[in-house]
Amino acid sequence: MTSAIAENKGPIVVMADGEAPRFQVGEGVTISVRFPIGHYRVPHYIRGKRAVVEAVIGPRALNNEEEGFGRNAGQKRHYYRVAIPLTDLWPGYAGSAADGLRIEVFENWLERKE
Amino acid sequence: MHSHDHTPITAPDGVPGYYEVMETAIRELLMERGLIRPGEIRRQLEVLDSRTPQLGAKVVARAWVDPEFRARLLQNGRTACEELGITFYDDTQLIVLENTDKVHNLIVCTLCSCYPRPVLGLPPDWYKQKPYRARAVREPRVVLAEFGTVIPDDVEIRVSDSTAIVRYLVLPLRPQGTENWTEEELASLVTRDAMIGVITVEPRERVLQ
Repeated sequence: MTSAIAENKGPIVVMADGEAPRFQVGEGVTISVRFPIGHYRVPHYIRGKRAVVEAVIGPRALNNEEEGFGRNAGQKRHYYRVAIPLTDLWPGYAGSAADGLRIEVFENWLERKE
Repeated sequence: MHSHDHTPITAPDGVPGYYEVMETAIRELLMERGLIRPGEIRRQLEVLDSRTPQLGAKVVARAWVDPEFRARLLQNGRTACEELGITFYDDTQLIVLENTDKVHNLIVCTLCSCYPRPVLGLPPDWYKQKPYRARAVREPRVVLAEFGTVIPDDVEIRVSDSTAIVRYLVLPLRPQGTENWTEEELASLVTRDAMIGVITVEPRERVLQ
């Protein structure tokens, strides 16, 4: 894992698995389509939709799908604030084409855009 | 936290309802297992009761009069609120959404009732009910019009759905003609609904104190 420090002469900092955000601001992503059992926080209406990462939310948080079953160790990842045009969410959306949704999605629900 | 009434000290008439029984059972189990202590729920209700939209109004008014505070607030809503003594008793972050001439923000929680409780207190009932939750993301302009708020087509509507660990507070536009108002006078203009984004802040006649 590279970091700003690695570009200079100082010692290289090795980051833990999942410590660095997997997605960057401005990156295009797709929300996963899956239907796990239990508690999680991805509403149906955004699944399968394309989105653009607007912000990386820190600090990292527990995976709420695991946490819902009392598994509170490890699994820390970032949430991402993503933008989706309302015209992409709702066919025939009557408002302005500029209208949009913002929502935070946990890292394991985002896929790289093909 | 939930907002319904808790078991009163005196027994209610009739048979307790399904959710009442479940709440009592969960509460007693949590105490039995030592996960919470007696009095902890009561204490948390006191914490919530102390949070009202007046706190949010104070934050908004300060942001209107103090550009440096405004910048810090937009950078990190939580730490800026903490500067004003508004503590956050949970792990949520706060994103402050700035309304401008080009963007109008609206907040909702489609999954449940996530709300910036540390700064606004308990949400209104309509915010928790399905019609608002479903329609705010689907036809926000129609919902806004029902609140009497008509946003011009060239102004973008930005709906933020708080389903995760982040809460939102709308920073409304400061009304024109309030240039000479004091911070306290400005705060008196800012209502709960304006900080949810279903209305704008309207100027009213200044009452000289």
